[in-house]
Amino acid sequence: MKTKSLTWLALSSVLAAMFAIPMFFPEADIPKALERDVFLPGETTDGHYQIELACETCHTQDFSDMTSMQTACVDCHGAELALANDSHPRSKFTDPRNADRVEILDARWCVTCHQEHRPEITASMGLSLQTDYCYQCHQGIAEDRPTHEGLAFDSCASGGCHNFHDNRALYEDFLVEHASEPPHHGSPRTPERDLLSFALEQGFASETALGLNDADAPPDLPERERWVEEWASTSHAEAGVNCMDCHTGEESQWVQEPAAAACASCHELEEAGFAAGRHGMRSAVDLPPMTPSLARLPMHAEASELEVSCNSCHAAHAYETAEAAVEACLGCHADEHTEAYAGSPHEATWTAELSGAAPANSGVTCATCHLPRVPTDGGPTRILVAHNQNDFLRPNEKMIRPVCMNCHGLGFSMDALADEALVANNFRGKPSREVESIHFATVLRWELDGRVPTQDQKETERQ
Amino acid sequence: MITRYKLLATLTCAATALSWLGCQGETQPAKAGIEPQKMADALHAVMEADRTVYTRNVVNRLAKEQKVISASEHWKEEPALPLPAQMFRMGAEMVADKDAGFTYSLLSLWPINKQNTPRTDAEKSGLQFVADNKGQNFYAEETLGGQKYFTAIYADTAVAPACVSCHNDHKDTPRSDFALGDVMGGVVVRIPVGETL
Repeated sequence: MKTKSLTWLALSSVLAAMFAIPMFFPEADIPKALERDVFLPGETTDGHYQIELACETCHTQDFSDMTSMQTACVDCHGAELALANDSHPRSKFTDPRNADRVEILDARWCVTCHQEHRPEITASMGLSLQTDYCYQCHQGIAEDRPTHEGLAFDSCASGGCHNFHDNRALYEDFLVEHASEPPHHGSPRTPERDLLSFALEQGFASETALGLNDADAPPDLPERERWVEEWASTSHAEAGVNCMDCHTGEESQWVQEPAAAACASCHELEEAGFAAGRHGMRSAVDLPPMTPSLARLPMHAEASELEVSCNSCHAAHAYETAEAAVEACLGCHADEHTEAYAGSPHEATWTAELSGAAPANSGVTCATCHLPRVPTDGGPTRILVAHNQNDFLRPNEKMIRPVCMNCHGLGFSMDALADEALVANNFRGKPSREVESIHFATVLRWELDGRVPTQDQKETERQ
Repeated sequence: MITRYKLLATLTCAATALSWLGCQGETQPAKAGIEPQKMADALHAVMEADRTVYTRNVVNRLAKEQKVISASEHWKEEPALPLPAQMFRMGAEMVADKDAGFTYSLLSLWPINKQNTPRTDAEKSGLQFVADNKGQNFYAEETLGGQKYFTAIYADTAVAPACVSCHNDHKDTPRSDFALGDVMGGVVVRIPVGETL
């Protein structure tokens, strides 16, 4: 009994100290590992671990308030779900006619399927539910789609055929429309960036290029000549963006090292994407910036303490996008997929573009796939670089339409993304597996058109 | 002394009685709320009017008659108008997000999307009733998820040639003999009534 009491006393003291020290000594340096061990009830998912010590980001009210928790989820993920034309919006489950289904699976709340701090029951995509959950509402699917007879319900979302939220590239009519596409398009191109015309329209840029004599940096700036020369060769100078446009404070004084806000004053969409993504989500909740040492993915040791900001990929003054598209990534990331880029078919296209042997926008860089050029939403359509890689990362079927299909046919794209070994070796070779949904959709369309295929034709179509 | 007490007691009683009467006089009669059926009918009148205007004056006129733009199930993919049923469902989803105190949906005994098949007993009876009794509505009470609802079901009728051709020709339709004026399904309006059980 005495031992038990002492244990409780010791634990309570540690907890009290954890609360009291920051309260009375805000500058006290409490080891992060200790904070993590004391406050986190379990390991956080890959999507949230970076901000796991900013508890209030998700727990905005008391822990039992489901509505505030839901609001926190939607604040960060709502825009992406809307863009994805979410196949299972909350309104489906708040409809009283589905009350009996909700009793079995209460999908009105994100946390029903995505519990945090529960690593022992959490699978990929942060799913903390049995993976055959589709059964609860779609158990009769084989009556409508005989091709689905006998398929396991835990294969719906893991087989490359369906996703719970984002099915933009996976719905039946889309599959049929693109069923006969070849693996590679004739002259594949990534979309042309449209940043300059966007900046001109918004008044951030000018059609008059600036030169060495136009620089408005202070005359007594140390190493002025060197900095001005660097600037004069950049796209900023070419677009009429002068030194003081970035190096200026609230009272128009010279600022030696501009903050990210200076970049955001013109690159608002890029900064918003950065703040929502893996590189900027810590800074966005006022935690110290992300560094490779904090990453769960393998990173190069020599880069471990690099703080991720605009300038860590876009070197100040040079702002060389070609470098940001490959070298910047390779400087930190050291996972198998990244390491395999050198010598891959994608790298060969990039090398050819850089050497002039292939046309502009034909090369495939890291950024081509992970920070792709996509149309902006909610205004005049512009092709800008999306800086939130989460929108195109997991599940990787999210990449099919905005990324892969710029160069590849739908079937090849689906098969390649479903082949984990092929992804790991950076697409050296052909997909070794086939996602059957295109085949299913094509056969169904034949049957609906009255062209009932024989078994041989079905096999031919499959091949 | 006794008389003074009697007088005080009498005055107290009188004051109490007057104040009680006064209170009674001040009490406003309980405001009569809108009957659920009246509310459902009114909501449906707006839904039906908007739906008919969109179907006839936008989709049928521009897509079928003047052929200046198409209407497509995949309107986000193409420069096309949303189909009337999609327009209706998008509105229902926005209302559901607002938690507006009622919900509505578009269901059918012959749905293109099987998720829009009637599920509750009231939906099954109601959709059959409005299909069998043209011009009549169906009203019922049902308890779903521990909440009692007043449920009203209204016939959804083919008001334009576009309704008929689109449903009859759709690859997933279970019925392909609809004609103009036929009941194709029903609008289900639900209003929560009473306390949550």
